[in-house]
Amino acid sequence: MAAKLELKGLVKEYVSGKPVLKGIDLTFEGAALTAIIGPSGTGKSTLIRCVNRLVEPTSGSIELDGVNLLSLRGDALRQARARIGMVFQEYNLVERLSVMENLLTGVLGKTPAWKAWLRKFEADDISRAWDTLGIVGLQDFANARADSLSGGQRQRVGISRAVMQRPSLLLADEPTSSLDPKTSVEIMELLKRVGVDAGIPVIVNMHDVELAKRFASRIVGMSGGHVVYDGAGEGLSDDVLKSIYGGQSWLA
Amino acid sequence: MSATFAAPPAHIRPFQMGTAQRWGALVLMLIFIWALSRIDLTWARFVLGLEGANKFVTRMFPPVFNPREELVKGMVETVQIAILASAAGLILSLPIALLAARNLMPGWVTWPARLLITLCRTFHPVIVAIVFVKAVGFGALAGILALTVASVGFLGKLFAEAIEEISMKQIEAVRATGAGFANVLTFAVVPQVIFRFIGFIAYEVDSNLRNSTMVGIVGAGGIGGTLFAAFQRYDYDFVLGIVLCIIALIAIGELLQIAVKRVFKQ
Repeated sequence: MAAKLELKGLVKEYVSGKPVLKGIDLTFEGAALTAIIGPSGTGKSTLIRCVNRLVEPTSGSIELDGVNLLSLRGDALRQARARIGMVFQEYNLVERLSVMENLLTGVLGKTPAWKAWLRKFEADDISRAWDTLGIVGLQDFANARADSLSGGQRQRVGISRAVMQRPSLLLADEPTSSLDPKTSVEIMELLKRVGVDAGIPVIVNMHDVELAKRFASRIVGMSGGHVVYDGAGEGLSDDVLKSIYGGQSWLA
Repeated sequence: MSATFAAPPAHIRPFQMGTAQRWGALVLMLIFIWALSRIDLTWARFVLGLEGANKFVTRMFPPVFNPREELVKGMVETVQIAILASAAGLILSLPIALLAARNLMPGWVTWPARLLITLCRTFHPVIVAIVFVKAVGFGALAGILALTVASVGFLGKLFAEAIEEISMKQIEAVRATGAGFANVLTFAVVPQVIFRFIGFIAYEVDSNLRNSTMVGIVGAGGIGGTLFAAFQRYDYDFVLGIVLCIIALIAIGELLQIAVKRVFKQ
């Protein structure tokens, strides 16, 4: 179910006349992990949130397998969202629900309201959730409340929730920024593995350039609302990094 | 590199009352003195009142719990009014509060809902009870309707505020999975508010128990009517009996409320 995501001339203005994204053209295809790096406030989060329409783009087009997501409304939009997994910096789990319930949140897109209310999920989905918990090593925590977990465990639940959607595309908005270095590596390994197993594109916003180089097969550098670098990690010379982040005293 | 700061300018004097505050305090004091002088409160009048109170309290003892039938009927009706009004208020206030929550609904939906809640809160339950007694006649129905209105106002406001305080990050995440509005409600909104809602409901039942002892005074059913009638007959010993029963009822309500709050703390 490998998807093709095409952004064309994507512009987002939160305040009229002050675009955060100034015409982004990018294509993502196949089972590859792409890291988007760039300074804070340069629109990385906005870019990712535009894809599943958590943020409404101002102009341009976003096509997922040839369907323009920006023209979708209501049910069609929800179905498109169900195909796009999303992982958040602060995990965004429903804290008072159990780990298992948080995973099953991933199938809410296809679950009728009364079944969701009564927690009547398909047996297939429940066993899939159980297997997913096995993969991320959290089966012992299935009935624990989400807010009782550590940061790394919560992020693994967050990724599992996205996996439950059987996504054609996985987005991650700074998934490691709240985690320690060791856990960050584990989370990146998990994201990479999910992408490879499902054969889908994974797009990850991140701050850590070294981590990006280590896990991403492609790196997109953004600065001031533009894409200023698009290529392999090896191409990230000091000059390129300077053009992304500005200055140079931070470069060791 | 040691930074030195200039001393603050002389006109900045923290913690001192401004001119406006001083004038405000003066005006408040003048109003107090004026009210005291106008209300004709003399020592002689106070002493006269004490004599009356003495007679009144003496006639209260020992408390009497008869006519038993009248007392039991009034108390039972009071509890019935409180519970029915709380249930009806709960059922009505849930959808109204949802419509009033500004983080989930567009503005043109929230303002009529908020207006309705405010209207329900505008008048004291006794005033609403008087209106309903006129509209549907004497008896418990008027009391139930009056306290339902009060409950909608109270629960509607608290529910709406609780919904507005939830974390939108959790909402955003559930929405991102493609969940429809109803599923976002059950999986992202309800888990965040349910314990607080239960606390509010317990508080509202307690509050309705108090209020339903009162609406009877204006003929809207319950023990209040019995109490008022006993006052009219100068049966002060029966009055004390009724008051003691009411205190017991309120205490039970309070205990229930505390117990519920303890169970559903987090």
